Amino acid sequence: MLAEVARAKTAGHTRLELEEQSQIGEALVRGLVRTQLALALRLAAVVVVGLGGLPLLFAVAPAVARARPFGIALPWLLLGLVAYPFLIVAGWAYVHLAERTERDFTALVERPDK
Amino acid sequence: MNPYALPAVIGVTLATVGIGAYGLRLARTTSDFLVASRMISPTWNAAAIGGEYLSAASFLGVAGLVLKYGVDVLWYPVGFAAGYLALLLFVAAPLRRSGAFTLPDFCELRLGSRPLRKLATVFVLFIGWFYLVPQLQGAGLTLQTVTGGPYALGAILVGGVVTANVALGGMRAITFVQAFQYWLKLTALAVPAFFLIAAWHHDGRPALAPDVTTFARPTTVEFAHPTVFGLAGETTIGVRGELDGSRVDGVVVVPAGEHTAGAHSTLSFPRGARVPTVRGVASSSGLAWLLPGGDGGHRLFATYSLILATFLGTMGLPHVLVRFYTNRDGAAARRTTLVVLALVGLFYLLPALYGVLGRVYVPRLLMTGDSDAVVLLLPSAALGSGATGQLLGALVAAGAFAAFLSTSSGLLTSVAGVLSTDVLGHGSVRDFRRSAIVAGLVPLALALRVSDLDVSQVVGLAFAVAASSFCPLLLLGIWWRGLTAAGAAAGIVAGGGAAVSAVLFTVLDGPTGRGWVGAVLAQPAAWTVPLAFTVMVVVSLATRKRVPASVGSTMLRLHAPDALRL
Repeated sequence: MLAEVARAKTAGHTRLELEEQSQIGEALVRGLVRTQLALALRLAAVVVVGLGGLPLLFAVAPAVARARPFGIALPWLLLGLVAYPFLIVAGWAYVHLAERTERDFTALVERPDK
Repeated sequence: MNPYALPAVIGVTLATVGIGAYGLRLARTTSDFLVASRMISPTWNAAAIGGEYLSAASFLGVAGLVLKYGVDVLWYPVGFAAGYLALLLFVAAPLRRSGAFTLPDFCELRLGSRPLRKLATVFVLFIGWFYLVPQLQGAGLTLQTVTGGPYALGAILVGGVVTANVALGGMRAITFVQAFQYWLKLTALAVPAFFLIAAWHHDGRPALAPDVTTFARPTTVEFAHPTVFGLAGETTIGVRGELDGSRVDGVVVVPAGEHTAGAHSTLSFPRGARVPTVRGVASSSGLAWLLPGGDGGHRLFATYSLILATFLGTMGLPHVLVRFYTNRDGAAARRTTLVVLALVGLFYLLPALYGVLGRVYVPRLLMTGDSDAVVLLLPSAALGSGATGQLLGALVAAGAFAAFLSTSSGLLTSVAGVLSTDVLGHGSVRDFRRSAIVAGLVPLALALRVSDLDVSQVVGLAFAVAASSFCPLLLLGIWWRGLTAAGAAAGIVAGGGAAVSAVLFTVLDGPTGRGWVGAVLAQPAAWTVPLAFTVMVVVSLATRKRVPASVGSTMLRLHAPDALRL
């Protein structure tokens, strides 16, 4: 997405384009927002399926809820323990990827003009 | 009576006031006062956010609900934590970059509408006060449980200390106080937990989810009100007071069936006796407690509704958003939120353990219905009334007080902030102080009137209102250029209004029936959140000519990386 916009960019100061909100500047921001939103939605989907699927799974397949790995009933193990590291890993992945997007965007804007 | 509990509670309160006074010397200008001049490091800030977020509902309520209902209510803590993930993914960095200090500020910055700002103010006040009441209630319950003092005393003590502290110290003081209180709360649950697990092993690991709940120790239960209870079999009970209409003082063999104990009578059950069921006190037992609820689609609906409310509601809580302004920039806000998620997740490993062990050691709470007291009573019940049990009991009471003090401080700061800028004045230090006093008195008056609401459930309803009003406003405001002020207002009125009506109905009318009607009103988020989003989008599209002209520069400001310094 960002690369596409970058290719379309004519010569000039990208920073100025952003500040003056020219069409190119606007397209750059739209691209950034779309990239970040897609990233957030992807990670939210992972959590919604991974955690949000559990009540449905337990309702559809009660046998799963009766499993007892490590001697603890599976629903207790998942909701009482595993859910938290799972959320933290998802959060860490988001921070890592969102900061990478921002670094790419900054590099694009601050790139010396040819 | 625990001789160490009162000194511990007083100690926490004095420490809170003391650290507040220390902060007061540092607070000079209005900017210092309200946002601590953004000098606070992410670690301090994260601990402060965690300290503020873990309220009476987390510290007392979750364990109480687990004691009563079992695995289904573990969605409360999971949702409370997942709410921070939603905040991190969609809101943290852009909101910090927006420069908004409160939700009404965000409305004005993004959509430039004064009427919308007023509407948001009304919802901030409703959510804030609705969330403050159960905190004060928890304080009353705690003081009543550990010292035997009157309920009103605890509520007035916490209400008074917090109001004075907020009015005098402002936000800087509160950041130090809150960070201290996070670690106190974690310690207060973690240290006794080790002793409790050791005691459980020592007692030969009694079954955690037996088919029949029995008293592990000889247990005396006192009933404050006339109570109807059911015995599954013939039971030998020591009775003092009135049983089935006649005065009894001694040990009697009571046949199976329903019986009535008079007000203020005490029943003493021998070790191993089956715990009676009590009319009007809902609880699950056996497999229904151990396994996720299956009977009927409305249970599944209620679970999903709760997940939605907590996942999306956190971002709309007024005291949570205020904190983001104290971060240096958007990237710092993101990192702070991640640390908060870890701190909150660490804490939530503990309350469920108290609920589970509570079924073994304090099943009498299933009879009296005071299940919110399980965390407070468990240490002395499991470890005996020696010094260890009493010291740990005092530690837990101190942690509980830290929970009320910190959450109510945060809520009061944000409610007072909104009141002082939008209703009672223009945001000067004097206005803020005056507003803090008004903001503190309203929930105190409410808390003294209602003492029998379930702490965690009331807090869950506040989440539902936040998820149906501010969550769509923030998500669409941050990520969609097409939002208009008219659309935002219509969505807040439709979704938030519906959620408020359902909440008031549930609270005023008591537990409304079972089945679908009860589920739809008691857990409204599953229909009010989609309603709010739909109305907001449809009305915005219909008024698309009124999209603010500044939307391009606002989007740039919200999303441009901090490193660019645009």
